[in-house]
Amino acid sequence: MKQFVEGSHAVAEIIKATNPGVISAYPITPQTHIVEDLAQMVANGQLKSQFVNVESEHSAASVVLGASATGVRVYTATSSQGLFYMQEVVFNIAGMRLPVVMTCANRAISAPINIWNDQQDSISLRDAGWFQIYAEDNQEAVDFHLIAYRLAEDKRVMLPVMVCMDGFILTHGMETVDMPEQDKVNKFLPNYKPLYKLDPASPISMGLLADPDYYMETRFAIQETMKESIGYLSEISREFNTVFGRDYKDLLVEEYQTKDAEKVIVAMGSVCGTIKEVVDQQRAKGKKVGSLRIISYRPFPYARVYEALKDVPRVAVLDKAVSLGAYAPIAVEMKAAFYGKKKGPKVISSFVAGLGGRDITLESIDEVFRRLTVKEVNSDFIDLKPELLKEEYGD
Amino acid sequence: METNALFRPGHTACAGCGQAIAARLVIEAAGANTIIANNTGCLEVFSTKYPETAWGVPWIHSLFENSAAVASGVEAALKFLGKKDSINVIAQGGDGGTGDIGLQALSGMLERGHDILYVCYDNEAYMNTGIQRSGLTPFDTNTTTSPMGSGSSGNIRPKKPVPEICLAHGISYVATASAGFPQDLTRKVKKAISIKGPKYIQVHVPCPLGWRYETNQMLPVAKLAVETGLYPLFEYENGVLANRKQIVPKPVEEYLKSQGRFKHLLNNPEEIKKIQDIADNNIKKYNLKVEA
Repeated sequence: MKQFVEGSHAVAEIIKATNPGVISAYPITPQTHIVEDLAQMVANGQLKSQFVNVESEHSAASVVLGASATGVRVYTATSSQGLFYMQEVVFNIAGMRLPVVMTCANRAISAPINIWNDQQDSISLRDAGWFQIYAEDNQEAVDFHLIAYRLAEDKRVMLPVMVCMDGFILTHGMETVDMPEQDKVNKFLPNYKPLYKLDPASPISMGLLADPDYYMETRFAIQETMKESIGYLSEISREFNTVFGRDYKDLLVEEYQTKDAEKVIVAMGSVCGTIKEVVDQQRAKGKKVGSLRIISYRPFPYARVYEALKDVPRVAVLDKAVSLGAYAPIAVEMKAAFYGKKKGPKVISSFVAGLGGRDITLESIDEVFRRLTVKEVNSDFIDLKPELLKEEYGD
Repeated sequence: METNALFRPGHTACAGCGQAIAARLVIEAAGANTIIANNTGCLEVFSTKYPETAWGVPWIHSLFENSAAVASGVEAALKFLGKKDSINVIAQGGDGGTGDIGLQALSGMLERGHDILYVCYDNEAYMNTGIQRSGLTPFDTNTTTSPMGSGSSGNIRPKKPVPEICLAHGISYVATASAGFPQDLTRKVKKAISIKGPKYIQVHVPCPLGWRYETNQMLPVAKLAVETGLYPLFEYENGVLANRKQIVPKPVEEYLKSQGRFKHLLNNPEEIKKIQDIADNNIKKYNLKVEA
């Protein structure tokens, strides 16, 4: 049923539909609306979940870890510093192969403290062993949570999934969303049946010490699952389309006007809506431009990216995050996707935009296309204010 | 081999380890219908080195400081499944994992009122990493990060009062126990799990490497801590001191000379006096002295 709703509320509604056993979270802007709505649903008796109000994100992640190990479906949400505070638990959850689903309401990282959107938080946890899928709009934010549970709880996978949605832009944005009906949710997402759980009827030990004779294989196994999951994403996407009639193709990337494009911008998340609009404007003027949206950042779809862009002469990668002292995060992956290959762009330029919530406007995207010349640039910042860079320190 | 034991032999604890004995007493008292969440530390390392485990009950280890939060999740899941009434949940860890790095998670667990027994195995330093001082290391103890030297007689602070911190949360059961008094420990665990809500038991567990005593001296050393008044055994029920182990106090010097970690104090009457004062305060505070 179509509803005009806030992104956070839509996410809370879909989490309710998945009927998690335990929800635990700690307040951090801009994640708060999601968990407030869930708390209200529990208070109203509409949702039977145990809602555990914790004293920190570290404990929020630990609570869902413990609950997931006990065999129930779990949910948590966080942002920014909260994600960083739970970082060691985030890695731990993946290492223990627990199918936790978490929303990251993407937000900048301190210092300076800043509550607005970029993607530095989740991107910085790219090596944790979690799937990371990025929504462009609130329909995707809703649908991707259903897909996340289905993927995480797949017996071939058993890994946690982070659904990333741009803070404020999506979490606080009002959009029309076709809310999945409960009977269809039940059809797409069966009740969670754990492979292993903490149960006195059949005692097991979880979280054992693995010495050098055993540790490496556990990491290798996750790496292999991640690689294999590239295919599972397509498979789950097809089933999602069958039930709900929305086609996310392979769930890895979205190509937009790339076929004959001479210039393509690669980006992730809500900014891709703006990019597509600029692509439309420039196409109307006869310019051969396009865009490629990364949906799955982990696992990273190298082969799919190669196929999509191998004949495009110039590619601009727009990162809403930086790796200070190195190439920008998505740019690194893009360059890796073409290294040593027969075909590929002559130029892969890297741009950084929208940090700390600075608006990425239509003009910003025009500027990226303008700066995408034969001369490759790296971590070129868009929309910098030169007057703020003039400050000098006295002695 | 006792294959039906809930904490089985064959683990890799040191000879003379008080923690291994206490951990076994705790789980045997709690029974098979128990799920344990364990912090990182000696107990975790010596009982669950892959591919082996000493545990005959469901057991989970996540990180150093989060067993109270992991156990909270286990308990919440059991509630959701309608199984909480038939299954006990125990969170456990060492003194550092409990009173230092894990204090926040512990406080959260207590404040939220989870039906969990938290057991702190207090060997009074970070033994697993090589005898560094913790907040629960006693005054004047020689550890690798509170070493004695020409300008120092060891750890400069008294023990952090974690049982009192727990008590301040208004929980219904707080007790101390000792590996030196096994029946008392067993009784306290049984009592604790019979009470709904959060419970805290702190067990004094000697460590042969960190405390430096002969491996056959675990029991006498543990007993002396209690008998000198340095480790008072008490039970608080609903905020009231309901029970304490009364003693005919022995001088603290007897306890200090039983262990290498206090060896540097033995010719220092001034420092021994300070430690005697700590014991005397405990004796007074908890009315430990056997009435004549």
